[in-house]
Amino acid sequence: MARLTVAKTYKLYLGGAFPRSESGRTYQVHDTKGSLMANAALASRKDARNAVVAARSGLATWAGATPYNRGQVLYRVAEMLEARRADVVELVVQSRGVKVAEARAEVDAAVDRVVHYAGWTDKLSAVFGGANAVSGPYFSYSAPEPTGVVAVAASSASPLLPLVSAVLPVLAGGNTAVVVASQADPTVAVTFAEVLATSDVPAGVVNLLTGDQAEIMPWLASHGDVNGLDLTGVPADQRVALERAAADTVKRVHSPRREPDFTAAPGTARLRAFLETKTVWHPVGGISLASGSAY
Amino acid sequence: MTPSSPVAAPVADAAADAAELPAAVGLGGTDNASLRVFLEGLPAVDPVGVEARAAQLATRSIKKDTKRALIDLAISMVDLTTLEGADTPGKVRNLCRKAVQPDREVPGTPSTAAVCVYPDMVAVAAEAVAGTGVKVASVATAFPAGRSSLEVKLADTRLAVEAGADEVDMVIDRGAFLAGDYATVFGQVEAVKAACGDARLKVILETGELATYDHVRRASWLALLAGGDFIKTSTGKIAPAATLPVTHVMLQAVRDLFDLTGVQRAVKPAGGIRTTKDAIAYLVAVHEVAGPQWLDPHWFRFGASGVVNDLLLQRRTQTQGHYSGPRYVSVD
Repeated sequence: MARLTVAKTYKLYLGGAFPRSESGRTYQVHDTKGSLMANAALASRKDARNAVVAARSGLATWAGATPYNRGQVLYRVAEMLEARRADVVELVVQSRGVKVAEARAEVDAAVDRVVHYAGWTDKLSAVFGGANAVSGPYFSYSAPEPTGVVAVAASSASPLLPLVSAVLPVLAGGNTAVVVASQADPTVAVTFAEVLATSDVPAGVVNLLTGDQAEIMPWLASHGDVNGLDLTGVPADQRVALERAAADTVKRVHSPRREPDFTAAPGTARLRAFLETKTVWHPVGGISLASGSAY
Repeated sequence: MTPSSPVAAPVADAAADAAELPAAVGLGGTDNASLRVFLEGLPAVDPVGVEARAAQLATRSIKKDTKRALIDLAISMVDLTTLEGADTPGKVRNLCRKAVQPDREVPGTPSTAAVCVYPDMVAVAAEAVAGTGVKVASVATAFPAGRSSLEVKLADTRLAVEAGADEVDMVIDRGAFLAGDYATVFGQVEAVKAACGDARLKVILETGELATYDHVRRASWLALLAGGDFIKTSTGKIAPAATLPVTHVMLQAVRDLFDLTGVQRAVKPAGGIRTTKDAIAYLVAVHEVAGPQWLDPHWFRFGASGVVNDLLLQRRTQTQGHYSGPRYVSVD
């Protein structure tokens, strides 16, 4: 018997829930043949504001989790993305009109990228921190800490891999993220959000907005409660204004000059971009109750 | 909506003496039988209707200049409250500073209406806000449960008033009210009102414990007729605290009293109001249910503390053109 197709409405992902845009706006997403794929939410600046509130409230839980636990949760993201592999491949094919093999290669690379960053969480303090050699009778330690709430404009170079490559390093460091997905591929981005929602990632740690990056990013760049900005997806001619707005509230800005090759080995630049270094000086031996003895 | 019980012609003089109010609305006497005839003769509340109307009015979109004006109005209506066992004189003084000047970095931010504290902190608060126009409100009468004798409640009230409280927030005896002993409640409100002297009396109904909208309506009328200057939803110690539909019912009572007698009384929802959006929904309800003359800190208050920071953040967004965060405003 013939049956009606069940068309899916793609919504935002805010604070662990999937609400519609506060503005009620949507936009149509078309496949490469021009036929309607889906309706997606067209996020407004108020959705961005709500996303920042959610990200701020999620920060204490995520930054306070042990690095080992964060790694487990992120590895779980890889497991769930692997389980949704067929869905995502189909959406990538529909969205970009690429060959199935190419779409599979992208999804596989994305899963591997998640595993890569899941492994980083408990190595950050050893690699980017440690005991510092100082010229005095005291100790000095440095430890990396999360920057806070990071707003990410995902690149539209391809539907999934740039998104995963931008979000995961932010999470690995213990930050929370407000992500503005590529306008062309909301279906893939929201499916990734569904993967996050079923992966023990606490509510508010990732908040995903779909819509027009040029409309939303200025509000995130000037927002007083956003600590970092990843401008990878923003065209070069729009970056200056955003960086200037970010400077008013002293944000960390990651703004790679050239379009990154997302298929290459990721390196550590994105991890380091949103880590703060806390250095502790520990005086020892300098003051002694009984002269000459170790304190 | 007007009460269906026997109603006298509206008193022409708007400043009708409070003592004449019961007679003016057709209340036969203050004994339990007369109160029961009057209160239980009030028309029943349509719960579906009042909830639907409250929800519908809450969706009204308020923009630009109106929003800016309402944010300022809402700030000026807040009773900035701290009612904790751990309150210290220092915390109360901090709260007073915040009430006088909620946002130090943005000049022109209005002061809140009052600070609300426990009776033993009234003297500290009164000293801190002296000469600023910010009033000192104090809870009294064995707040929040109200489970004590009338003598203790009156002593509690006098303690607050003598320490310098401009307003007293009393709780009604919900047990007596729910048992149908309206005369006891009426008598206690009357007695506390007398003990207040010049201080304005807010009568807390604790609607979260009253179970039905009909009870809320009856308690509202009871409190108004016994001399309460304000009817207030909640102590903030019980969930649910203030809700929009409950506030609608109370605003209707105040409006009906005004229509019948020309006497205007005030309303104060307390607890559960956390965001600017919530506050604006309440102000829309005040305008639509009671009327524009209630949009004044003398006639409407918010019992809250958290909402002030959200109002300040929204106010900054309106004036600075970009969003701000909770780290930019003081906690207390």
